Amino acid sequence: MGKTTTSAALAMGLAQRGHRTAVIDFDVGLRNLDLIMGCERRVVYDFVNVINGEANINQALIRDKRCDALYVLPASQTRDKDALTKDGVGRVLEELSKTFDYIVCDSPAGIEHGAHMAMYYADDAVVVTNPEVSSVRDSDRMLGILSSKSRRAERNEAPIREYLLLTRYAPERVAKGEMLSVNDVREILSLDLLGVIPESKAVLNASNSGVPVILDTESDAGQAYHDAVGRYLGEDLPHRFLEIKKKGFFSRLMGG
Amino acid sequence: MGLLDLFRSHRQRGTASIAKERLQILVAHDRATRNQPSYLPRLQQEILEVIRKYVDVDMNAVSVNYEQDETREVLELNIVLPEATTTKGG
Repeated sequence: MGKTTTSAALAMGLAQRGHRTAVIDFDVGLRNLDLIMGCERRVVYDFVNVINGEANINQALIRDKRCDALYVLPASQTRDKDALTKDGVGRVLEELSKTFDYIVCDSPAGIEHGAHMAMYYADDAVVVTNPEVSSVRDSDRMLGILSSKSRRAERNEAPIREYLLLTRYAPERVAKGEMLSVNDVREILSLDLLGVIPESKAVLNASNSGVPVILDTESDAGQAYHDAVGRYLGEDLPHRFLEIKKKGFFSRLMGG
Repeated sequence: MGLLDLFRSHRQRGTASIAKERLQILVAHDRATRNQPSYLPRLQQEILEVIRKYVDVDMNAVSVNYEQDETREVLELNIVLPEATTTKGG
C-alpha cells in the first residue's frame, strides 16, 4: 500500500525542514526501508542488535547522505519475529526521543507483532490506504487496533491522532466511476486527510534508484508528499492532483 | 433523456459505488462488534448450557447483545423459551 515509500518520503520531508528525524524499519525479516532510502550497502548494525545490546544506537543509525538531519535505523533480517520486544522497542524510542524531533516508525503489513510494536508507542499515526476495498477495510481494522491496543489506550491517555494518506490515486478512474473517490474513503473511515498521492511513475523510479520520491520535486507524487508534510506540520494547503490533469477537447465538449 | 444524461447515468453505475456501499456496511458491522468484550461467545455458550439443564431450548434460543454508548454499557440477554414449557425433572 506504500507504507515504506510513505515513511521514507515523510521522514525526508520533515528532515529537509530542519527537524532531526529518525526513520525506523519495523519489518523484521523483510527489511526494505534501507533499499528505498538508498543506504542498503551501509547497513552494519540493525534495530534488533540495538535492542539486544550488541550495538549502541549511534552505531546502528545511518546518516542520510542527502540530508544531515535524517537518520535511518534498519530492520533486522532475522527470522525471529519476536526479536522486537515491547520493552526493547520502548527503550530505543525513549533514547531516540532525547535527541530527535520526530521518529517515523515504518510498520510492516498486517496486524501481527511487528505492526503492533510500530504503533504501540505512537503519538500520531498515518494510515496509508489505496482506494481499493481490501485496503480500506484493512485500514479500518488498523484504526480499531490503534484505538485499543496502544500504550495511550492502555494508560487512558489522549488517543493517537490518526491521519489518512491515500496513495495510488487515479483521478481519471475516479471520474469514470471505477475507483473510490477521496471523499468516499474519507467518509467510510471518517479520518482527517493528510494527503492524496497520485498514481505516478515517479514512485517506481524513486524506489528503483533508492531516492525518496519527495526529492523528485518535479513529480506530482513528490509534490503531493511535500504538501502532506506541510499539512502535518500545521500548514493549511489545498489538496492538489485530485482532478484529471489535462482536459482534452473531447471531454470538455462532453461537459464532464 | 439527452445523450449526455445517458453517459452520466452510465457513469454513476461504475463499480466504485458498489465498492462504497459494500464497505460502508462492512465497516459499520466491524465497528459495532469491535468493542465487544471477548468473553461474549463463551458467556453465551455457558448460559445456554445452564438453561438447557432445565428447559429444552433450541441452540439459538439465547442471544447476547452488547451495546455501548458514551455513558453506559448494556449487555442484553434474550432467551426464547419454547411455547409449552417442558421442565426437566430435578
